Amino acid sequence: MKSLPLVWFGALALAACSHPAPEAPAAAKLAPAASVAKATSEPAQAKTLPAFTPPAEADIPTGPLGDEIRRGMAIFTDTPEHAHDYVGNGLSCSNCHLDAGRLANSAPLWGAWGVYPQYRKKNGRVNSFGERLQGCFRFSMNGKAPPLDSDVIVALQTYAWWMAKGAPAGEKLAGAGYPKQGFKPPQPPDYARGAAVYAKDCALCHGADGQGQQVAGRNVFPPLWGPQSFNWGAGMHELDNAAAFIKANMPLSRGGTLSDQDAWDVAMYMDAHERPQDPRYAGDVAATRAKYHDTPMSLYGTTVNGHLLGSGTAK
Amino acid sequence: MLRILALLALLAPLAAGATDAATSAAKIVKQGNGKGAAPCMACHGVDGGGMEATGYPRLAGLDAAYLQRQLDDFANGTRANPVMQPNASALSEAERAALAKYYSAMPLPARLAKPVAAKPDAAGERLATRGDWSRELPGCVQCHAPGGVGVGANFPPLAGQPAAYIEAQLRAWQQGTRHNDPLALMQHVAKQLTPQEIEAVAGWFAAQPLPRKEGAP
Repeated sequence: MKSLPLVWFGALALAACSHPAPEAPAAAKLAPAASVAKATSEPAQAKTLPAFTPPAEADIPTGPLGDEIRRGMAIFTDTPEHAHDYVGNGLSCSNCHLDAGRLANSAPLWGAWGVYPQYRKKNGRVNSFGERLQGCFRFSMNGKAPPLDSDVIVALQTYAWWMAKGAPAGEKLAGAGYPKQGFKPPQPPDYARGAAVYAKDCALCHGADGQGQQVAGRNVFPPLWGPQSFNWGAGMHELDNAAAFIKANMPLSRGGTLSDQDAWDVAMYMDAHERPQDPRYAGDVAATRAKYHDTPMSLYGTTVNGHLLGSGTAK
Repeated sequence: MLRILALLALLAPLAAGATDAATSAAKIVKQGNGKGAAPCMACHGVDGGGMEATGYPRLAGLDAAYLQRQLDDFANGTRANPVMQPNASALSEAERAALAKYYSAMPLPARLAKPVAAKPDAAGERLATRGDWSRELPGCVQCHAPGGVGVGANFPPLAGQPAAYIEAQLRAWQQGTRHNDPLALMQHVAKQLTPQEIEAVAGWFAAQPLPRKEGAP
């Protein structure tokens, strides 16, 4: 989040934030200063990070430990079914961490396990891996945090531990997280262009209304906004996370085929829609933005198409 | 009373029109359209359930928009098939629409409710359910729904289709003789598959039980 170029974005956020009521018509248009974004773009990832291949699923051991690993995998891939007490929407972990949490550049579990405990600006203290998982439930799953010693957290930790077996502890690995490093939009992201990308490349699966597609009451394709999607506290609501995930992984099986611009535009389109409130809501949208979303990567508290994002009444 | 009669008189042609479409679809299914389109049931079965041995696919219960697009694509050559192209071309646009609607409303044949003799093939199951992400291959069920029961107008059911049909389609995607897939998703996926994998994954889906009603558990 450091080297954010985005004078234009800052300008948008500022404008929208300090005057929430007036419209920022083509909020997304943020037209000025494309050249600034360009000028600040930096060379991609300089040093080579260690590569890692997780163990094969066929090598999950038998016995009680293997059972726990498999339970963690089941929770990860069908979270509403196996952790329903803690899930407030229809999503599964594997919707954003593809291949059951194994895929490089899709925030794989093996890339996360070894870098916790970690200091997180999000809550201003050192978080254990279990606490990080609690955050996923609270924000991405729009649910509530399972206790640290609950079977859900223990099973997910066991699955992540197994998947990271043999990885160097404490090191950032190649393919960990989403590939955000040096990934900048050539032009400021634009809502209208994003809508066109969405219609062409995303609506097939996620639906024209962004609500995914369900069979027998369960998501086959996840909702991207609205009451059944992640909330305003989730990492995916930040444009750089969403753009990097989309660029690397979408459309499913065709990762890397969207242009950088398309990925940023459609990320903005997705994240400029209403979704469940940030559970840390501080009484009003502006205060919540100031406290938790004071970054050009968040559209929370800004006005897009006449709607103050974060004020509810999803559209 | 007069008003009601007047209303009925107004509605009558509409009702007759709807019935005509249904009759004509049912008639084409049994007898063909007399203009070169053969009776559908000759290959797709009296119950619309297809034929396992020959690999003619099930049509009963499939999404109407999906069926209509396939018929249109056979007619305009986007989907190549020596049997279906002449038949679809001999149908009018209205007849194709009526047939799609007719088959989508057809109940699932009871004989397909239980799976054909299961071919336990671990490789097929793995591809179907988990894919192989080292080749950017998602599990088939990620788009075709768990169990392969299909989703909406663009991801047709695979469960219970004849293995020979699924194999033939995967080969057609691979060779580009079928290229009416949105975003070229199937062409891309099929090109990654070996002949052994095509056989294995087709066998797995053919052996999956069909839910009694499409989309219901």
